[in-house]
Amino acid sequence: MTTPTGTSPQGTGHRLTLTVDGRAHEVEVDVRSTLLDTLRERLGVTTVKKGCDHGQCGSCTVLLDGRRHLTCLSLAVQHDGAALTTADGLAATEGGGEGDLHRVQQAFLDRDAYQCGYCTPGQVCSAVGALAELEQGHPSHVTDDLEAEVDLDDDHLDDELRERMSGNLCRCGAYVNILAAIKDAAGVATDGPTTTEEAAR
Amino acid sequence: MRTFTYLRPDDVAGAVEAVAADAEARFIAGGSNLVDHLKLGVARPGTLVDVTRLGLDAIEPHEGGLRVGANVRNSDLAAHPVVRQRYPAVARALLAGASGQIRHQATTAGNLLQRTRCVYFQDVTTPCHKREPGSGCSAVEGYGRYNAILGASESCVAVHPSDLAVALTAVDAVVVVQGPGGERRVPMTELHRLPGDRPQDDTVLEHGDLVVAVELPDSPVSGLSTYYKARDRASYAFALVSVAAAVDLDGDTVRDLRVVWGGVAHKPWRATTLEDRLRGHVLTEETVAAAADAELSDAVTTADNAYKPAMVRGATIHALTGLARRAGAATTEGVDA
Repeated sequence: MTTPTGTSPQGTGHRLTLTVDGRAHEVEVDVRSTLLDTLRERLGVTTVKKGCDHGQCGSCTVLLDGRRHLTCLSLAVQHDGAALTTADGLAATEGGGEGDLHRVQQAFLDRDAYQCGYCTPGQVCSAVGALAELEQGHPSHVTDDLEAEVDLDDDHLDDELRERMSGNLCRCGAYVNILAAIKDAAGVATDGPTTTEEAAR
Repeated sequence: MRTFTYLRPDDVAGAVEAVAADAEARFIAGGSNLVDHLKLGVARPGTLVDVTRLGLDAIEPHEGGLRVGANVRNSDLAAHPVVRQRYPAVARALLAGASGQIRHQATTAGNLLQRTRCVYFQDVTTPCHKREPGSGCSAVEGYGRYNAILGASESCVAVHPSDLAVALTAVDAVVVVQGPGGERRVPMTELHRLPGDRPQDDTVLEHGDLVVAVELPDSPVSGLSTYYKARDRASYAFALVSVAAAVDLDGDTVRDLRVVWGGVAHKPWRATTLEDRLRGHVLTEETVAAAADAELSDAVTTADNAYKPAMVRGATIHALTGLARRAGAATTEGVDA
């Protein structure tokens, strides 16, 4: 039978537990709150960026149960008990010491794969998720043979990564360096630019 | 956003009862379409009944085919080895839809029940019969690039946006529905409806009906199938037109086929006239073009969407002759081996 969960006397407040980057938070939210607004406005987790707020830009992407997820199209109340990893928490997941960056973060830094940086937390989370999906052999729209292993020869890998990252928009147009960074993180040799200065030459 | 009561039932019967008993209640699953509509004011439910924790998330063998739980995520369905092998049109359609993030969030049933992206439906400051029956249609005289060309009415020219629905129609899928009166099975060809004078009803489902699963039958046509989508950019856009095609060939000759068009109508458009013309024939550019023209004989276009008939004809030629080539290649490989 139906069970109203955590209904407060006001009728619209809900008490939730959210674990963000390994830290558990208990918070009471209005039933209408999105996960994104709860993270930013109630928990002070500003790593997660609010771009379009309609699922079109990807800047609010986090990893939810290890998979990339948009927080702007998610009601917080539906995610009571969820464990999220934002770009801030990725460093710890690599098993390095404090201050060590995740290999995707390091690659973004090395490749100067951002300009204003606003989309970067979402790009980094999405890249981590996309690489995991590739490693699991999940096909994409540009995968030729749905039944074969995903072919990661150099040229095709570019297509695969572009397609898989298409839910993340960068208004500055740093895509060339983002692609190079993700290939670095994937351990693929590339001739791409190492800095924006080189790219401009 | 109007506030609402949030309920999380423990079982399917409780969920159905909660919505059936309340005219202002709605089911919510992945939420990737509905949460946007809550923000825009397009949807103003008094109660949201969360069905994401009812199970319904397994993909299981079923009578030689597959039974896909309503809550299976689009990404999981697309990656499933049996779907990739035996229902490639379904996998291709899923992978052609939305973004990696949204495919992890969106569910099988939710994808089928997503609402049109007609710009006027999503803009509450404009008249729209689908959003507010009796208010008018802004799309007929307005921005009409995406408008339907088949089966539209004076009330509504919106198209159904789902890629998955088009592919599921081509593989003869059946939707399993649990309603206040019990369980029933609705073929995909009958799930969505043409607008007529009730464009507010996208489907034949009644208030309180919950889709619990989709069954993919063991069909001879589904193995040789594909989905082809034409859109404004390479990725992450709704279809201008799309084609799901599934064929069963006897040598070069079509024993049976399914061709379903997306982006042209209020529902996935099963091209039965085209199919009738091609059964017993060889798939060539000429035969497919002629059959597509016969299917399009009732098409109605305006200056804005006049590109669609030629585009869907071309997409159909591409999809069907591609399948025929692939079948020929497979036969040749078999002989060589």
